[in-house]
This record gives sequence, structure tokens and C-alpha cells, in this order.
Amino acid sequence: MIKNSGKMLLVAASVAFMAGCASTKLDKPVEVEKKDVTTTTTTQQTDPNAGKSTVATTDQSTKLNAPITLDRVIYFDFDSYAVKDEFRPIVEAHANLLKQSSGAKEVAEGHTDERGGSEYNLALGQKRAEAVVQQMKVLGVGDSQLEAVSYGKERPAVDGHDEAAWAKNRRVELRSK
Amino acid sequence: MWPRRHALRALGASLALPALTPALAQFRVEIGGTGMTQIPIVLGRFRDEDRQPQSISAIVRADLERSGIFKVVDGVAPVDENGTPDYNALKARGADWVAAGSAARLADGRIDVRFRLWDVVKGADQGGQSEPTLPVDLRMSAHHVSDQIYQKVTGQRGVFSTRIAYVTKAPGKFTLRITDADGENIQAALIDNQPIISPSWSPDGGELAYVTFHDKKAKVVIRNVRTGATREVAAFKGSNSAPAFSPDGRTMAVTLSKDGGSHVFLMDRNGGNVRRFTDSTGIDTEARFSPDGGSVYFVSDRGGGPQIYRQSVGGGGATRVTFNGAYNISPALSPDGKLLAYISRGNGFKVMVMDLATNEVRSVSDTNDDESPSFAPNGRYIIYATKSDGRDVLMTTTVDGKFKSKLLESGLDIREPVWGPFGR
Repeated sequence: MIKNSGKMLLVAASVAFMAGCASTKLDKPVEVEKKDVTTTTTTQQTDPNAGKSTVATTDQSTKLNAPITLDRVIYFDFDSYAVKDEFRPIVEAHANLLKQSSGAKEVAEGHTDERGGSEYNLALGQKRAEAVVQQMKVLGVGDSQLEAVSYGKERPAVDGHDEAAWAKNRRVELRSK
Repeated sequence: MWPRRHALRALGASLALPALTPALAQFRVEIGGTGMTQIPIVLGRFRDEDRQPQSISAIVRADLERSGIFKVVDGVAPVDENGTPDYNALKARGADWVAAGSAARLADGRIDVRFRLWDVVKGADQGGQSEPTLPVDLRMSAHHVSDQIYQKVTGQRGVFSTRIAYVTKAPGKFTLRITDADGENIQAALIDNQPIISPSWSPDGGELAYVTFHDKKAKVVIRNVRTGATREVAAFKGSNSAPAFSPDGRTMAVTLSKDGGSHVFLMDRNGGNVRRFTDSTGIDTEARFSPDGGSVYFVSDRGGGPQIYRQSVGGGGATRVTFNGAYNISPALSPDGKLLAYISRGNGFKVMVMDLATNEVRSVSDTNDDESPSFAPNGRYIIYATKSDGRDVLMTTTVDGKFKSKLLESGLDIREPVWGPFGR
């Protein structure tokens, strides 16, 4: 699961559920959701073995408060760029990860639903990604460790043309770089 | 004589601009429109065209009919460009013009595409041309014949030999394509498993700028259409998008997020001398130069929702241009700078055309999923992407919205059409 030593170090030094985040493949967004559900279960089971991490308990409890959310995906309301409180634990967890390893880098990828023009949506997705990055900077992550980018409406996580699909597509995905 | 001149005046009026009723015409499947006076023309088969890979007269006929300006009528044309029309017989058929030609193969393998046009009403030879061409370029030469006929009859340049770039999206496969203006001769310029958006022609038609996500973020690349050579011109931290060339081809406008937010920057066409152009704290994007190069139109949400603004290249603040509706994006300027086409969200997304002198706005589409309007280089047509009967299509419409033609239809997602310049 872990592809390089840098990530292994991070995982070792990090909270248990973060291991799932750092190693999640990002190729196919729809499949990622399934993987993350699985990962969550696994993480909870293996949690006692990951007890070396001093912050494990805190992060895990916040995780349990938001069982449906994905480790690295933050969803947004229609026409909104505000990171909702329920997703703050994800932002904080990634911020902690980065603060513990100054060589680690993450990209925040903004996405929108399918409605509207491609360029304006690209800018809206950028705004969402920058909102997440800004929160992480406030939490003490260095500017050089973060990049906000956007795919606009070009890479939906879910196909479909209704609010259920749109809600899944208005998101920021955090991925290691 | 009088009836035809009368008809031409009526045509001129309807093309010149907007006697402003919204297009109420029901959308038709292939070609549709009402209210336009069409010029009757007899078009002969080109002598020897049956021996060539393409039927020139069929291509010309389709061009003329698609333009909305001509009605091809039955009648006997001269056998080729050297013949003599029977004007009385043609008048009896109701024809105002007649064209004939030939397509003989030359000793060197090329094909000599020749034609001549006659004014039936005046009973006068209106001249013609000879264009020896490689067999591979035969379609282009046929389009040149159409361009000549269009220009001699209307006084305006034809756009039949121009090209249109657009993007198709299949699952996991994005393709930047270039088609002739009649929807034929489609060629793939770039295939990628990552998105491609915002193609934009250089003024000479030799290059296409576009946004690639190949490296997992939006970067602006310029591609030489003929050779396929590419160069990255904007790859700063964050997103790089929405390229547009200035009319002289020396400057580009792009949207960069390198300083946070999305703002319009100007730079040299090689990517150097980057300087910030717009100064709002909100989103500024989709810049388009005015045809005189003196100002830039762009989309900004500085007032709340996205609206179109204009700002002088020389400096000064931005002036808001669109006021109707809460969401107006994707500006396109007519080549004479007098009309602004854009997409407005109301009940769906629709192509609108604004007369910049009067600020009058008209809807020119019959559909509700319109995207990416782009003017033909002669200013007479607008192409846009939309959905019709659940399928993705590229539509063209006259700028008054009266005459529409479906250029392309596909089960694939077809997007982002942009009409190339004259000169091929």
C-alpha cells in the first residue's frame, strides 16, 4: 500500500487513520470512495496497533464524528467556498501531517458540479481549493508545502445530472504531491 | 431586376443587424430558420468531378445551403466555366445567379479546380478562378469556390474554407479536434486521458493555445497546428487557464492564480513579461481582446455573480457591460467589435447577443444548454455547443438568430468550439 519511504515515515509519525489518506489512490474518484470506506474500517480495526502516535486518539475521535466523510475529500454547499465545520478535522489532520514533515507536500484540488462554463467553474474550484489551503496555512503549514489547483467541472467524482451527483462533485480533494 | 435588388436589400437589412425580435422559430433538425430572404442560384456539376475523390459541386452546394443565404434551385448550368448560360431559361427557373466549373487532373497529378459565376439578372459574366490543387486539398479548393461565390454575391467574405477547433470528451479520453467549417474533414490534434479546455486560435490560424491538465494541473500550452510542436507558456503555481491572443498575435491574456485568486494577466506570446491586468479581489477570467486590441472583455464576480466587464489595455478601471441576469459568462466579440455574444443563465444557459452601441440584448438560440459562443471571422455566424434531443451538438446561427444549422452531432460530449480565422 505504501509506495515510498517518505510516506512510510509520515504514516509512522502520524495518526492511525492518516495512513489511509496518504496511500489512497486517486485515479478514479468513484472507486476512491469505496476504497476509503474500506480503509476506514481497516483503520479502526488496526488502530490499537498504531498506538505509537500521540495524537491518534484525538484525530480518530473527530473521524468518528464524521463517519460518512472521506479522509481527504471536503464537500461544499452550492455556490459556497466555506469549509464546513464537519470537515475541519480532515483539514487539521492533513495540516498536522504536513507540519510533522517539512519535506511533505500536498495539493488541494478544487472541483465543481457540471453546471456553468468550464473556465468560470475552474475559477470557482480554485477558490474552494484556496479556502482549504488558507485554513491549513492558518494552522501553521508552510506555503511551500501547499498548492491549490482546480479541475473545475472537468473531473466529476460521480456521473449524473441531479443534486445528489452535484453534491458529491462540489469538493476539494487533498492529495500528496 | 427590381425583385432581386429588393430581395438583396431585405437580406442586407436582416444581416446587418437586428430588427430585434427574439428568434421564435422552432428548432429544426438539420437546418432551420425563418424570415430570411434567400438568393436563388443554379449550380452545375463540375465537368470531370466524377473522376476525382470528392464531388466539388456537392461540397459547394452544401456550403451555400448551410449559409442560409442561398437557395440552390434546379436549372441548366453551362457545361463548365467556358460555357454560356441560357439566361432566359434560368430566369424562367427563378434563378438570379448561375455557376459552373470543372475539375480536370493536370499532368503533375494536381487537380485544376475552375469555376465561373454569372449574374442572371444582369446577363453578365462575373468572373471566376482557377486553383490547381493537390488531391488531398480538394475539399479546401471546393470551399474556396464557395467563398468566391459568397463574396461576389454578398460583397462579404465567405467562411467556408475556415476551420473550427473543439473538444470531445469520452470516458477517460479527451480529444482536441479541428474540422472544416462544414463539419467534414475532422482531424484529431491532441488526444489525452486528462481534460483539455479553452482552445484559442492565434490570429494567423497557425497555432492553437489551450489548457491542458496532463500534468495534474491546468497549464497553458501553444500548439503549432501543422507540425504539432508544443510549448508551455504558463505553468505557474496554481491554475493557468483561459488563453486569448491579442489581434496582432504578440500578446496573450491568461488567467493565473499564482498570487492567489483567479486574475487576468497579460504576457508576451512566449510567456515572458507577465503582468497583472485585472485588480479585483474576486474572480476575473475568460479575457477576450476587442478586435482593435485596445480593450479586454472578461468575466468577473466583483459585483457578486459573474458579469462581463471591459477594461482598456492602456489602463484605467473596468466598466461593467452586462446587466441582464445574474450569471453572464464566456464573452466573444464580433470581428467588427460591434457585437458581444455570451452565455446567460436564466432558465438554462443561452447564447445572447448584445449590440454594444445600443446595449440591446437578444437571445439567438432555441436551446437551453448553450456553451462557448464564437464568431465566424466574417461576423455573420456564431458557433456554440449545446444539447439537442439529448445529444451534444455544435450549432451555428446567423447573428440575428434566424437561421441555424447543426454542424456536428455526436454521442460524445462535444464542447468549446472556437472558429478559426480567414486565410487557409
